[in-house]
Amino acid sequence: MNLIGEKISYKPDEQFHLNDVSFNFKKGNLYTILGRTLSGKTTLLKTIAGLLNPDQGSISFEEKDFIKIPVWERNVAMVYQQFINYPHLNVYENITFPLEQRKLSPEQIKKDVDEALKTVGLVGFENRKIQELSGGQQQRVALARSLAKKAKILLLDEPLVNLDYKLREQLREEFKRIFSEGLSQDTILIYSTTDPQEVMELNGEVIVLDEGKVLQKGAAKEIFENPSNLKVAEISNDPPMNVLKGSKNLKNLNFENISLEIPNHFKNLEDKDYNFGIRASEIKLDENGEEFEIELAEISGSETLLHLKRGNSKIIALIEEVMNFKIHEKVKINFNVNKFYAFGEDEKLVSSPYGGTNG
Amino acid sequence: MSKLYTFLKYFFITFWTVFVVAPFLWAVSTSFKDFQSVNSKVTYIPWLDFEPTLEGWRVLIKSPAKGGVDIVEPYFNSIFVTCTASLISIVLGTLAAYALSRFTFKAGFVRNNDITFFFISQRIMPPIVLSIPFFIFLSTIGLLDSLLGLVVVYIVLLMPIAVWIMVDFFNRVPKELDETALIDGCNPYQAFYKVVLPNSIPGLIVAGMFCIIFGWIDFFFAFILTFTEVQLLPVKVVALNSSITPWWSLSASALVSVAPLIIVAFIVERYLSKGNLSGALK
Repeated sequence: MNLIGEKISYKPDEQFHLNDVSFNFKKGNLYTILGRTLSGKTTLLKTIAGLLNPDQGSISFEEKDFIKIPVWERNVAMVYQQFINYPHLNVYENITFPLEQRKLSPEQIKKDVDEALKTVGLVGFENRKIQELSGGQQQRVALARSLAKKAKILLLDEPLVNLDYKLREQLREEFKRIFSEGLSQDTILIYSTTDPQEVMELNGEVIVLDEGKVLQKGAAKEIFENPSNLKVAEISNDPPMNVLKGSKNLKNLNFENISLEIPNHFKNLEDKDYNFGIRASEIKLDENGEEFEIELAEISGSETLLHLKRGNSKIIALIEEVMNFKIHEKVKINFNVNKFYAFGEDEKLVSSPYGGTNG
Repeated sequence: MSKLYTFLKYFFITFWTVFVVAPFLWAVSTSFKDFQSVNSKVTYIPWLDFEPTLEGWRVLIKSPAKGGVDIVEPYFNSIFVTCTASLISIVLGTLAAYALSRFTFKAGFVRNNDITFFFISQRIMPPIVLSIPFFIFLSTIGLLDSLLGLVVVYIVLLMPIAVWIMVDFFNRVPKELDETALIDGCNPYQAFYKVVLPNSIPGLIVAGMFCIIFGWIDFFFAFILTFTEVQLLPVKVVALNSSITPWWSLSASALVSVAPLIIVAFIVERYLSKGNLSGALK
C-alpha cells in the first residue's frame, strides 16, 4: 500500500536530474526532501506527480504501476514554490476547481472547501480575486486547494521559499498544526526544502538529495546528529558545517597549527589525517582561544555570523549576540571540542559526538 | 527640469493629436457639405459656416444607376472576409502557438523555433512575391474572384500574426499553471480550455485586433484576386474618382471605411489596460 520508487533515473540532457533514486513512503507519514537548489527535489516531486516520466526505474502506489497512470488520474496534490493559482477564478472557485473536476456533489464540495478554508485561515476571503491577495495568502489558497482534494499524496515543493522572513516563520508554525490535524492517516506528505531548520521543525523522515542522488535517509534527528558524509553535513546545517583538514595523533587533534585536546568520542580513532567538522554554533569567542582573521561579519536578527580565516581554512562562527567587528581584525575563538565530527579522507563519517559511525 | 519635461510631453501629445485628428474632422465636416459649401469658400463649422446636408451619405447606399456609389455590398463583403479569416486564424493560430510554446517538436533539424520562424517568415516576404502563386493557386481550384478564395488567402496572411503574438503570450504564462491544472484532474485539453484559455483573453484580444486591422486594410490581394463578381471595400473606395464622385461622398465613404477600426480600437483599449495575469505571473 506504500508509494514505492525503485532506481529512478532521469537524464534529459548531459546531467542526471535524478540518479538511481529509491524510496518507500508509508501512508500517514511526513517525508522531507532536503537538498540545495538544482539538487533534483522538484524533479523528484514532478516524477511522483506524473508530470515527468523517468528514463529508468519504477514507481508503484497501492500495488499499481504509477507510471502508466496519467497525471490527471493520479489523485495527487502539489503546491509550488511560485504561488500558482488560477488567476481567472476567485479564492472559492480556485479551491472548488479540482473537486468539480472530480464531479463531487455540491454539498460535499461546500463542506470540503469550508473545511480547507478554515484550516488555512482564509475564511471571509472566498470572493477575493487572487491578484488582490498577498504572497502568503496566495500560498494559503494553493495549500487549501491541495488539502480540499484530500489527495492521497500531497507534494509541497519549497512552499515557503518565496515568502518574506516573517511570513515564512508564521506559516512554518502553521504547517506543523495543519499537517497534524488537517491530514488523514491515508495521506503521504512529501515536503521539499533547502532549509535545514524547516526539516528539523517538521521532524519527519528525511531524504538528503544532491545532484540527483540520495545521500542519506533517516529521521531528522539522525541526519542532524550523524550526517553520513561531509556533503550531508554541509547541506543539513545552516550555516554549513565547518570543515577543517587536520590530523589526530596520540595526544592531540591538529589543524592549522592549532592543537586541541582529544575529546572522549575520538579516543578510539586511528591516528591519521581527517576532515574535522564543527558546527558554527559550537565556536565561541574566547580571550584564551586561537587567533583567526575576520573576513566578513554579517548581522542577522539577534546573531552575528563571523567568516573567519586562518591559513588555508575558512570557517563560519555563529555568535549569539549582535556585535560590531572590523574586517581583517583578529579575534580569538574557542572550539567546543566535544562536538567535533571526524570524517575520513573519503569524506565519510568516522566519528560523531552522538555516537554514530559509518565505518 | 521636470516642468520642462511635462511641458514638452504635453506639447508633443497635443501636436500629435491635432496632426492625427484634424484630417478626420475635415473629412467629417466635408461629408456634410454640398456643392455650394465646398466650392464657394473655406468653411469649417456646420450650421455656423454652412448648412449641413446628408446628401454625401445618401449617395453611399444608392445604386450607381441612380447616381450613387453603392458601397453596401463591398462593405459587407469586407466584414465577412475579415471576420471569417480573423476568426479561423485566431482559432488555428492559438492552438498552434500553444503547441509550440508547451511541447517540444523534433523532426530532422527542425525544432520549435524553426516552426515559429516559418510562420513569421510568411510575413517577412514582400506580398508581391506571393501574388502570382496565389493567383495561380486560386485559379486552379476555381476560387478566383470569390469570397471563399479571399478568406483562404487572408488566413494565410493573418495566421502568422496570430501565431506570433500568441506564442509570445503563452511563453509568459507559467508552465506551472498548466501543470497545476493537470494535477487537479484536467486532461491536457481541459487544461487548455478551462485554465489556459480564460487566462489568455488579453493575448487573444491583441491578436484578434491585429488580424482584423491587417485583414480590413488589405488592398493589394483584394485588388489582384477579384474582378467583377466580388469587390472588397478598400478596392471600391480607391476606385471612386473625384471627377465623378463628389468630395462629400468621398469623405463619407472614407469615414465609413475606417469606422470599424476606430470602434475596434476603442473596445480593445479597455481590455488592454484591464487585462493582466499578475496573479499567475508572479
